[in-house]
This record gives sequence, C-alpha cells and structure tokens, in this order.
Amino acid sequence: MVERTYTVALAGQPNVGKSTLFNLLTGMNQHVGNWPGKTVEQKVGHLTHNGTTYRLVDLPGTYSLTANSLEEIIARDFIIKEHPDVVIVLLDAATLERNLYLVAELLPLPAPVIVALNMMDVAEQEGFKIEPEVLEAALGVKVVPMIATKNIGTRELVAAIDEVIHNTVEYTPKRPEIRSDHQEVLEQIEALIAGHVPEPYAQDWAALKLLEGDKEITRILQEQMSEAQWELVHEVLRDHDDALVAVAGGRYEWIGRMIRAAVTRPKAGQIGLTERLDRWATHPFWGLVILAAILGSAFWLTYAIGAPVQDWLNSAVVGGLARLMSNLLASAPSWLQALVIDGVIGGVGTVITFLPILVIFFAILALLEDTGYMARAAYVMDRFMHLMGLHGKSFLPLFLGFGCNVPSVMGVRVIESRRARLLTTMLAPLIPCAARMTVVAFLAPAFFGRAAALVSWGLVALNLVVLALAGVLLNRIAFKGARAAFIMELPLYHVPNGRTIGLTVWQHGLAFLRKAGTIILAISVLVWALSVLPGGAIENSFLARIGHSLEPLGRLMGFDWRLMVALLASFVAKENSIATLGVLFGASEEAGLAELMAGSFAAPAGLAFLAVQMLFIPCVAVVGVIRQETGSWWWTLFNVAFLLVISLLMGVLVYHVAGLFF
Amino acid sequence: MHRNTHHSQNFSLNALQPHERGIVTNLIGGRGLLSRMATMGFTPGAEVTMVQNFGRGPLIVLIRDTRVALGRGEASKIHIRRASDG
Repeated sequence: MVERTYTVALAGQPNVGKSTLFNLLTGMNQHVGNWPGKTVEQKVGHLTHNGTTYRLVDLPGTYSLTANSLEEIIARDFIIKEHPDVVIVLLDAATLERNLYLVAELLPLPAPVIVALNMMDVAEQEGFKIEPEVLEAALGVKVVPMIATKNIGTRELVAAIDEVIHNTVEYTPKRPEIRSDHQEVLEQIEALIAGHVPEPYAQDWAALKLLEGDKEITRILQEQMSEAQWELVHEVLRDHDDALVAVAGGRYEWIGRMIRAAVTRPKAGQIGLTERLDRWATHPFWGLVILAAILGSAFWLTYAIGAPVQDWLNSAVVGGLARLMSNLLASAPSWLQALVIDGVIGGVGTVITFLPILVIFFAILALLEDTGYMARAAYVMDRFMHLMGLHGKSFLPLFLGFGCNVPSVMGVRVIESRRARLLTTMLAPLIPCAARMTVVAFLAPAFFGRAAALVSWGLVALNLVVLALAGVLLNRIAFKGARAAFIMELPLYHVPNGRTIGLTVWQHGLAFLRKAGTIILAISVLVWALSVLPGGAIENSFLARIGHSLEPLGRLMGFDWRLMVALLASFVAKENSIATLGVLFGASEEAGLAELMAGSFAAPAGLAFLAVQMLFIPCVAVVGVIRQETGSWWWTLFNVAFLLVISLLMGVLVYHVAGLFF
Repeated sequence: MHRNTHHSQNFSLNALQPHERGIVTNLIGGRGLLSRMATMGFTPGAEVTMVQNFGRGPLIVLIRDTRVALGRGEASKIHIRRASDG
C-alpha cells in the first residue's frame, strides 16, 4: 500500500532557529525557490518516517499573521488555502511570551498545530524554568521541547507529527478569546458580515481580522459586500478604532495565563551574556568601532583567501579547460575553436571566478546573522541609513559592494521587508566595486598626474553622493516615502551552528551557479560574438559599428566611438574596458595605453569617461543576480535603465563643468 | 527629584532612563505602526524596562523577555506610567 505524501508547514517568528530545524529534518533533500509569483524565498524539503513521506514547507518567519507584510500574507494564505496536514510552530523558549503570540494567531486557523519549544538550553542559561507538560495541558496541543542545534528533540518532534497525522491523539486546542470588553462588537461585526465571507476564510476569523484592521481581509469583504452593507461594518469599525490594541492585548492576556502556569522567571537583576556584550556592541561609539573592525576583518579574509583561490581557479581550472578544449578541437574549424575557447570558456571563467568571493562573503554574513550580531550592526547604522529611507540592515550588504556588487546584491536577502530589499538592490550597483577602481587606478595617473589620488577619491565620493540622492529620490517616487517603522528585535547571542552556515553557503552558491550563472554565460557569449563578428577583429565588429552609431551621444561627453565601445565591452566585466581600449588604440602593451589616451583626449573627456565608468550600468554578473534575487525582469531592466540615464547625465555634466577649469 | 517629576502621570517611553521600569498605558499612531508595536508586545499593561537610552538616537528596551530596538519617533507614540515599585 502506498501512503500519500503529507504536507507539514513550519512556522515561527524570526530568530528562533527555523532554518536549523528545517535543515535538520530534511538534510540535503531540499529545494530553494521563490513563492509562486512572489519575491520571497521558499524552501521545500522531504523527510520519510516509518514509511510515510512528509513534504516540509518552510513558511516565512513572521511575528504575527496580520497582513502587515507580504511574508505574513504568504504564511497565513498557505495555512488557510493549501490545508497543510500539520503546522509545526517553532518557538524560542527564552522569549516564550512574545513567541506565543504567533501560536495565539495560529490556533484559530483550521490546521492542527504542534508546538516545538526550541533553545531550551538558552532559556535555562537565562534563568527560565519551563515545564513543557504543563504548557501542553494549558494549550491543549502537543508541545515538544528541543535543542535544534544539538539535534535534541527532533525524533520526538517527528513522532508527534506522525501521531497527529494518524489521529492517534485527539486535537483539542484551547483557543484564545477576545478581551471581554470587545466581545460584543466582535459579535456585531460577525452578524453584519454573515454570508459574505468567501471560502476558504472562516466567518469568526474574518470578523476578528476586520477588527484588527487587516488590510487584506478588509479589501476582500469590501469587494464581497454592497456599498450600503459595507457602510454598516465600516461604521462599527470606525467607532472602535482602538480594537486592534484590544485584540492584541487579549492575546497577551491569554499568553500571560499560559506563562504563569508553565514558566518560572529568572530573578530580576540577573545580567546575562547578551546584556554584557551589548554594552559594547550597541554603544553609539564603541558599536561603530566594533562594526568597523568586523568589516575590516571581512575584507582582509576575502582578499587573503579569496584572491589566491581566484587566481588558482583562473589558471588551473579555466586555463586547464581551455587547453583541454583546444587539444580536442585541434582539427575543428577555427570559428568553433574561438567560440568554445574564447566565448564559452571565457564566460564560464567569469562565473567561476566569482565563487570564492561569494562563498567567503556568504559565510561571513551567515555567521553574523546566526550569532545575532547582524541586528546590532543594523542598530548602530540605522541613524545613518535612515536618511536615505533605508533600514540599518541595508548597510552591511551595501558595504560589501566595495569588494564586488554580486555578493552585495545577494546579501540584500537578510533584510526582512520587501520594500527595503528592493530599494537596497536598486542602489547596490552605485557602490564602486574593486574592478571599477582598477580602471580608475589605471587611467587616472595618465590624465591627472599627481592629482590622480585626489581624482579617485572624488569619483568615489561622487558615487556615494549619487547613491544618497538616488536613495532619497527612489524612496520618494517609486516607494511613496513609506519607510517601515524602526522596531526590531535584538535576539540573544547564540553560538553559531556550522551546519546552518554551511548549508546557507551551499544553497546560495548553487543558486548563483544555476540562475545567475546561466544569464552571465549567455550574455558573455553574446557580447563576445558581437566583438568578433563578422571579421574576427574588434575594430570592424558589430560592437564597433554600434560604437560608431553611438558616437553622437558620446560627443556630448567628449568621447569618440572607441570610448563608447569600451563602455559597451565593460558590460561583461568592468575591467574589460582597459583591454578593449588597448586593442582599439593599437597599444602594443597595455602600459602604453594610458599615455596614448591622454594624448588623444583632454582632461575633461578623461574625467567624464571615468565618471561614466564608475556609474555605468551594472556588469552582467550583477544584472544576473538582480534578476535572480528580485525574481523580476521589470525591476532588473528598470535598474539598468536608471543607471544608464544617471551615468550619461553625469558624464555630460562632468565634461562641461570640468571644461570650465582645465 | 527626577523620579518624582513623572510620578503618577503618563509620559513617553523616550523619557524612561536606563534600568527604570514602566507600564504601557496607551499607544498612538496609524494602524500599521500600532499593529507592529502591539505584535512586538507593546500593549497596555505590559511592563517595559529601559536598557539603553543616551538621550538621542534609538533606544533599546526589554519587553516580554525580548530586547527590542526602536527609534525615538516610534517610542514617542508609546505612553507609559512609572511601575509602582520602580
């Protein structure tokens, strides 16, 4: 007999160790994608127990199930519409009171709930004494104590899932009720909306959500009811605009009863590890010093480990592959040799050489997130990021962009709100990456001599000013100035879990190779083809013809067609513009190029070229990851167009302003 | 002296000094903000302890066993009274 596959949803607030538990239950047997049509990450995995297969779906981490964010709507819609057979709600035992809030929201929904009480060891350290059996009796649902990082309690959790699914225990949850002073108004609303609540929503639940001012349910009922009928509901709601706090207060009263029964609190005045560390980590001055030290080490690690590995990959793997293919294709036509060796393997090389940097950055980000430090970094940076309408959490991914924009865009996923994620992603390419700085370092001395360092700093400053202005502008126009309120949990510090960090690095690396990698490869081959077809030399190629046709535009900035071609070629990789210019100016060695260029162009054109290069459309790898992370071609193309316009406008401006001085 | 100035009256969370405790009496603000604050545990009757308050910049408070960081703008919308044994 083949049993059907059961669906188990994993719910939990942020910072409760959900990914650790998910990885523990499913191992490598998992798939990371996006929720259908959404830009929110979805993880699905499988596990088998006693011949039964369970499909485990990781719901987004949310504090509640009221429609404040996309994540909250996704989590509750999954439970209401997809009817999972069981919902596991993972709680942090050390912050049980706030964590039970999600349980209070889950119990009124139709799916049976199992409470997994994680971090029992941390709770004990913090001085809490929790009796899981008492909590179980009070809640009326199965409670499984566990320490996911030490694999304690997982077997009991799986057994509990098995029990609930095979109905060996009766499911009789004790659901929270609304505060007595709002009982009447709740009944009033329920009577008014009776018969209008569409499937699969329950009538009493919808009434409660209306009272809470839930945008999604309000919209749905407004659509379902006639204007006159809705007006009656609206009137009641208007008279009780404090109901939201009463509903939340009612849930916390219910939680208070559970806590009094099952938990003994630590004595007041006990100072835990978190408090001692936070005296430094969240201090307005020392917090910044610590953050700077951590970021400094992150860059040092990347260059100390990443750069040699990158070189080795380039020479041994990519070079080896090229030699192998040229031997294999020795008798093949020369166009095929060129396509495979210069086009395809060149593109593969671009993809592969990003990997070492990405792995190191992901590992550092995952480590900072898993220990709980990330929230502190966001806290100390919030006052500065605030000015751009950004959250403190945007700082770290943006800062990583000084190395390379690719991990920067991928690191944006640590930000919870979708709006802030998008805004940060749109701004990330404005951080000048190391490759762009290489171009500046190469050309600036020839044009500006001793002032080269000053010019380089000025160009970096220009990028940062443009970033700040673009942040303010995008926030006002595209995001309507709506900035999520700054209320953020500072989780307790934890010893990081190697398995969680390892799996995160593995998944993100794989996602990069699979999704962004294919886009990068395809576009690299395309640009390569444009640069050698039809004759084989770049001077007469399609790319050169495009450059010629763009020359009128270039003249506004003092450029000729060769500079336009160099900009186009830098789309594959920013440092390509030097090699391209080398070919186009016929420099026998790259060393002579800078002088040749300085001889052909005056300083204003040179400065304009560097400014455009610094602000130009992101390279193909960044475009690939923006598409991967936003899940939207619209936002990806918007970003390219936005930067194209900004960089060209700046180019014209810099050329004419510099012309006044030189 | 300082302690008595706020006695038996409501004041904003911003005015609470480190290590002092208060009881939430009232929240004001738009629905979205109210909902987020209530979810994080700020409901009337909840006890809140100030952890960090330098007089400017964001605050850190302890509420319902959770350390919560919040901006001064957000904190000004949370009204409290001094905890009776504070």
